[in-house]
Amino acid sequence: MLNSKIPAGQLDLKWTDYKGHCKLVNPANKRKLEVIIVGTGLAGASAAASLGELGYKVKAFCFQDSPRRAHSIAAQGGINAAKNYQNDGDSVFRLFYDTIKGGDYRAREANVHRLAEVSANIIDQCVAQGVPLAREYGGLLSNRSFGGTQVQRTFYAAGQTGQQLLIGAYQALERQVALGNVTMYTRHEMLDVVLIKDKDKAGNEVGEAKCRGIVVRNLITGELERHFGHAVLLCSGGYGNVFYLSTNAMGSNVTAAWKAHRKGAYFGNPCYTQIHPTCIPVSGDHQSKLTLMSESLRNDGRIWVPKKQGDNRKPNEIPEEERDYYLERRYPAFGNLVPRDVASRAAKERCDAGYGVGSSKQAVYLDYANAIERYGKIECGKLGISNPSAEVIRKHGLDVVKEKYGNLFDMYEKITGENPYEVPMRIYPAVHYTMGGLWVDYELMTTVPGLYALGEANFSDHGANRLGASALMQGLADGYFVIPYTIGNYLADEISTKAISLDHPEFVKTEKDVRDRIEKLMNIKGSQSVESFHKRLGKIMWDKCGMARNEKGLQEAIVEIQQLKKEFWSDVRIPGGISEMNPELDKANRVADFIELGELMCKDALNRKESCGGHFREESQTDEGEAARNDAQFSYVSAWEFKGESDWQLHPEALNFEVAKPTQRSYK
Amino acid sequence: MEHYNMNLTLKVWRQKSSKEQGRFETYQVSDISSEMSFLEMIDVLNERLIKEGKDPIAFDHDCREGICGACSMYINGRPHGPWQANTTCQLHMRAYKDGDTIVVEPWRANSFPVIKDLVVDRTAFDRIVQAGGYISVNTGNAVDANAMLIEKDKADAAFAAAACIGCGACVAACKNSSAMLFLSAKVSHLALLPQGEPERKSRVLNMVQQMDKEGFGSCTFTEACEAVCPKEISVTNISRLNKEYIIAGLTEEK
Ligand SMILES: Cc1cc2nc3c(=O)[nH]c(=O)nc-3n(C[C@H](O)[C@H](O)[C@H](O)COP(=O)(O)OP(=O)(O)OC[C@H]3O[C@@H](n4cnc5c(N)ncnc54)[C@H](O)[C@@H]3O)c2cc1C
Ligand code: SF4
Ligand code: FES
Repeated sequence: MLNSKIPAGQLDLKWTDYKGHCKLVNPANKRKLEVIIVGTGLAGASAAASLGELGYKVKAFCFQDSPRRAHSIAAQGGINAAKNYQNDGDSVFRLFYDTIKGGDYRAREANVHRLAEVSANIIDQCVAQGVPLAREYGGLLSNRSFGGTQVQRTFYAAGQTGQQLLIGAYQALERQVALGNVTMYTRHEMLDVVLIKDKDKAGNEVGEAKCRGIVVRNLITGELERHFGHAVLLCSGGYGNVFYLSTNAMGSNVTAAWKAHRKGAYFGNPCYTQIHPTCIPVSGDHQSKLTLMSESLRNDGRIWVPKKQGDNRKPNEIPEEERDYYLERRYPAFGNLVPRDVASRAAKERCDAGYGVGSSKQAVYLDYANAIERYGKIECGKLGISNPSAEVIRKHGLDVVKEKYGNLFDMYEKITGENPYEVPMRIYPAVHYTMGGLWVDYELMTTVPGLYALGEANFSDHGANRLGASALMQGLADGYFVIPYTIGNYLADEISTKAISLDHPEFVKTEKDVRDRIEKLMNIKGSQSVESFHKRLGKIMWDKCGMARNEKGLQEAIVEIQQLKKEFWSDVRIPGGISEMNPELDKANRVADFIELGELMCKDALNRKESCGGHFREESQTDEGEAARNDAQFSYVSAWEFKGESDWQLHPEALNFEVAKPTQRSYK
Repeated sequence: MEHYNMNLTLKVWRQKSSKEQGRFETYQVSDISSEMSFLEMIDVLNERLIKEGKDPIAFDHDCREGICGACSMYINGRPHGPWQANTTCQLHMRAYKDGDTIVVEPWRANSFPVIKDLVVDRTAFDRIVQAGGYISVNTGNAVDANAMLIEKDKADAAFAAAACIGCGACVAACKNSSAMLFLSAKVSHLALLPQGEPERKSRVLNMVQQMDKEGFGSCTFTEACEAVCPKEISVTNISRLNKEYIIAGLTEEK
């Protein structure tokens, strides 16, 4: 039933073949075709710019006051590309293989191979746009390594890679705005998609309903607007905020994807969540979000806890031999650079066993003392300083570490008030990324014709666990290099479709449904704030559908979420009015969708009775406590169809591995 | 680091919409932890206002880690509050002590009209970028990224300018409401790189023209902008901008 539209033929020729044979739209016709893009992060901005350049009429939407503020801006560490500039044995195949393996053999080979193929073009494109990626003294681009790989293929701009890449895409987007090819709508939130069937010559409806537009709320005036498009692209980001606390921005939400899901787009692998190992720990109940400390810090930092349980000494007072560098101990081959899921679980294991540090005991140390000394010695060597004192070594080492990671260290100090050059940082895992998302085929189309999903909003390339520096790569691959081809294959058949009137009954009805729901929310006039519901949802999800999951907990969570949903719809309190700027109403719309998504995530986690990547079922582990996959039963993508409230049907998409044969992942 | 709790008096600018007059409201907040961020303190106040059936304070924010440029509060007469190289969302309450009074206003500038409470309209910045803040290269036309060598110093300087988050604190701090620091950061970022060379002259002329059209004031080099810029964008960028502008003006071929 599910058709992933993967081209036939040899893995490494599929994309080339596809490009050579897909349908094209001639320039005169492109001008008549309208494309709606929801979201202006890396995926949306790159798609909007590229499609605008091609001549399509593009309308782009974001809920922030400027497209430049999309959450992609916060990405720190870097972006992967199979350039092999370091001559360390990298290749398209190796990037493909690392990504499939890192994803614990739960991603499609064809998609991942395409991603690896276009990765090199992304770096070329960004540099041409003037993105100031880090360079060596010789003027060449610099690379660093990231978790889950043994080559240096990560390009970066200090700790602000996402910012610089997004500004590049944003500038390309604004250029198209200036040229009149893209119309930008900021402070607009998409609240539903509009599906309309084609009509034949006699005026009878034919075929499946296609996505033909969206209904949005102007967040300044509160007005609802209808917008038509021959196709709609959702580039609305991930849904990590279902956990309330995450490294995502406060506004990141699932609403766009969820509305599409309720209208027929299947949701893929909702339970695959990435918990990032290195985040600043929670400091109290007031906590509104969590801050990531880039994975790149694991390049040089060493992670440890005391060997003694409940050790209350200050970290600097604990001698070397009483420290447990548990990642280096358990995974000698990859050490501190194991993939994120492995590192996160190992931290949780130590803390649960009573070895945690800091006042909450829910933290481990990330220590730079060693790196400062190591770099200091290298610098002294370069400068020809013989027999340098410890102080001189330290001074030179500090300079190097400052240059490489200064902004991250500053951020840590601002938040915690502690100086990480002097004392080791305290870190703990936090929700960071969602591998799940709208199910899409090879062309990035959802199960609704004409409705596409790009970037973190789709489920496509990372399987059950994403490797570091691969999300930026995927977002830009989708927007710059995939959708410009695949959308033509659809729109080529739409050239005779005239713009549909905004008075079409489906537009009118969809807007009315959105209005009714908003009025319903406002009329509850209950006693509890939106935030308090969101916090409670987050706690259920973190406790029962977080780093470790089991059958009993998931079943409980489903019941608790259903109760929470009832309570929300009878007791939420939203101040203010509808026809005005009302951030509480915006939040309520989003939290209502998160609650429904939470239930589906638990259902998906319950169904998947295996451990894989970020999904760890306690019932399915090896003797050493590692995640145990069950390929015989679960080598599939879970695509869920919405049937009604709390009612979903599973459509498994079988995964075939022709080239990267699944093995138990080992980083030992 | 010792943690403590405090009680504070807040005077916050409240304005229902761009059409209505605004005024200060005074609020007492108690039991604020020194570990909270400034915005978490406002969250606490807003939760209370909602419980009391009042309108919570509207403010822009998103990433809450100092990179998106959304947050924008003018705190005790200084954009983003008392800390150096810092955004409002990164300011933490350990900057204050029990009994303090804190005045919170929106950015004040004619080119940044207030939308509601502490939320202002900064779309003028996007329009300045539209006037030329880019390199005209379509997707798919790029040569190999290492085909062009760029001196590390130049690349680093371009990066330092490109680090601007478009928050608008520079405008809010300036008595003339000038946007020169913001503009100079973009012009410098692109002028320092070889990729930016072909459009170097038209870019600076068009962007300056747009800035003037948006009604931002002129720069009298008080350097108030640099002092509050969360990304420490240097005023040397303004000098570079002036130079670029003069050369472009003198050599422009009409
Ligand atoms: C702190 C942090 C650090 C990271 N670091 C890295 C890294 O170093 N390397 C890496 O590869 N990845 C990293 N990631 C992951 C990566 O940044 C994201 O996965 C990626 O940027 C997502 O891009 P996107 O374009 O899909 O979505 P986003 O950038 O999240 O953009 C979403 C867009 O959709 C819009 N939107 C959403 N809903 C609606 C709606 N209903 N109506 C209208 N508009 C809407 C928003 O306004 C926004 O414009 C990091 C993530 C975080 C949280
Ligand atoms: S120059 Fe500094 S203060 Fe001005 S917008 Fe950029 S980051 Fe903000
Ligand atoms: S909220 Fe993003 S910079 Fe402050």
